[in-house]
Amino acid sequence: MGLFSYDFMRNAFIASTFIAITTGIVGVFVSARGMSFLAHTLSEIGFAGAAFGVFLGIPPLDGMLAFTMVSSVTVGRLSARASRREESISAVSSLFIGLGILFLSLSNQSSSYATTILFGSIIGISSQDVVQLIGLAVFVLLTVLVGYRWLAFDSFDSIGAKAQGLNTKLVSVYFLIILAVSVSIGAQIVGSLLVFILLTLPPSVAKYLGRTLPQMLMISVAAALIGVWVGLVLGYMTNWPVTFFIATIEFIFYFLALGYHNLRN
Amino acid sequence: MQTPLLSVNNLNFGFYDRPLYTDLNFTLEPGSMTSLIGANGVGKTTLVRLLMKQLKPQSGRITYRDTPPVSIGYVPQFRNLEDEYPLSIRSFVGLNHPHHWPWLTAADKKALQSVLDETHLLERQNQRLGAASGGEKQKAYLAQALLDQPNFLILDESTASLDVNTKIELMDLVKELNQKNGLTVLFVTHDLNLAKQYTDQYLLLTKDGYEMKPVAEMDVTNMPEELQPVVEYQEED
Repeated sequence: MGLFSYDFMRNAFIASTFIAITTGIVGVFVSARGMSFLAHTLSEIGFAGAAFGVFLGIPPLDGMLAFTMVSSVTVGRLSARASRREESISAVSSLFIGLGILFLSLSNQSSSYATTILFGSIIGISSQDVVQLIGLAVFVLLTVLVGYRWLAFDSFDSIGAKAQGLNTKLVSVYFLIILAVSVSIGAQIVGSLLVFILLTLPPSVAKYLGRTLPQMLMISVAAALIGVWVGLVLGYMTNWPVTFFIATIEFIFYFLALGYHNLRN
Repeated sequence: MQTPLLSVNNLNFGFYDRPLYTDLNFTLEPGSMTSLIGANGVGKTTLVRLLMKQLKPQSGRITYRDTPPVSIGYVPQFRNLEDEYPLSIRSFVGLNHPHHWPWLTAADKKALQSVLDETHLLERQNQRLGAASGGEKQKAYLAQALLDQPNFLILDESTASLDVNTKIELMDLVKELNQKNGLTVLFVTHDLNLAKQYTDQYLLLTKDGYEMKPVAEMDVTNMPEELQPVVEYQEED
C-alpha cells in the first residue's frame, strides 16, 4: 500500500489521530452533560468563523477558534436552563449559518471552498497545520487532565457536585472553552458540519458499553480512532469522501452498541 | 459538658417582606439525630442552605465547633439521573474523591471500599446506577456524601420517593452510622413517623415560630395538618 508515500496522507493520519483522541475524550463529557446539540451548534458557528477567516484573509482555523470560543460561553450560559435550551440554540445557530454564508459571499470564494469548510478535506492539511492541530489537541488534553475530577463530578452528577461545594458554574465555562477548541480542531478533517459525529457517536458507544469513566474514555477514543483510520484508508482506496466513511463507521458502531445494550437489558 | 457541634443564635432570615425565622435558637450536640420538620414553604431548605453557608444570615449567628473541625456531608433532595445513566454504583460514589488526578491511590480505593461496605452496597457495586432500584440509588447518594468522611450529615427529604420498606432500610442504615461512627445527623422530612422512630429530637418550623423538643414529647395530633401521619409503619419481621 503506497498510502504513506504521500505527504498529505501522512499529515492526515497524524492530524486525525490527535483529533480522534481529543474528540473521543471530550465527547464523553459532552454526552454526560447532555450537550450534543450544543456541540452541533458550535460546529455551525465554526463554519461562520472559518468563513470570516477567509473573508479577513487569516487562516480559517483561527477564525473558527475565535468564533467558537466567544460564542460557546455565550450560548452555554444562554441555554443553562433546559426548558429553553433547544430554542435558544436553534436561534443562535441560524444566525451563524447566515453569517457564514454572508462572509463567504463577501470574500468572493468559490463554492468549493464552502464545501471544504463544511465537509472537510484531507488534502489541504500542511505540516504546519499538523503542528498547530497537535498543539491545540495537547492543550485540550492537558486541560482535561488538570481539571479531571471536577469535570467528571460535575458532568456525571452536577447536583452532587454542587452539594459538595464544587463551583459548577466555573466548571461549565471551563468545559465550554475546551469544547470550542475541540470543535475547531475536529472540523479540520471531517468538516464543520460533521464534527459532531466525532463528538457524539463514539461517546454514545462508550455510554452503552462502559461502566466506569476510564472504560468509557478508552472505548470512545478507540471508536473514534478506528473510524478515522479506516475512513482515511477507504477514502484513499475508493476516492470517495473520507467524511462519508467516518460517518458510516461511527453509525454502525453506535447501532451495534445500542443493540447490545438493548439485548442485555 | 460537650461543646455543641452547631449553635444557632438569634438567627433571622427572610425573603423580601416575608420573614422565615425570627430569633431562631437551637444547638445540635455531637452524635445527635435531629429531624427538621415543617410544612412546605416554611423554610426547611433555606435553613439547610444557611447551615451550609450558601446563604448569609440577615442577623444572628451560625457557629460550628472548632475542634475537631466540622465537615458537612449533604445528600440533596433531587437527582436527575436517567435510566441510561452509564456509571456503576462504585464509580458514581467515587466521583466525590477529594483530589483531582484521574487515578485512584491505594488510600482512595480503601476509603471507597469501606464506604460501600458501610452502606451495604459492596455486592451491587458494579451494577449500573441507572438500572438500580430506588433504595440502591438513595444508598449510593448517601455513600457519595460519606466518602470524604463528614462528621455532620444533612439528609434532605431522602426518603420522600421511597416505598415503606425501603424507607425503613435506609433509616436503619443512617441510624447504624450514627451509632457506630458518632455521625451527627440532621434529617429534613415531612414524615412524622420516621422522625419519631429514628431521631432523638425534632425542630419544627411553622409560620409563627419554631419548636425544638425531644421526639418523646412530640404530639402528633397537634402538628400542622399537612404533616399528620396517614399510616403507622410496622417493623418488618
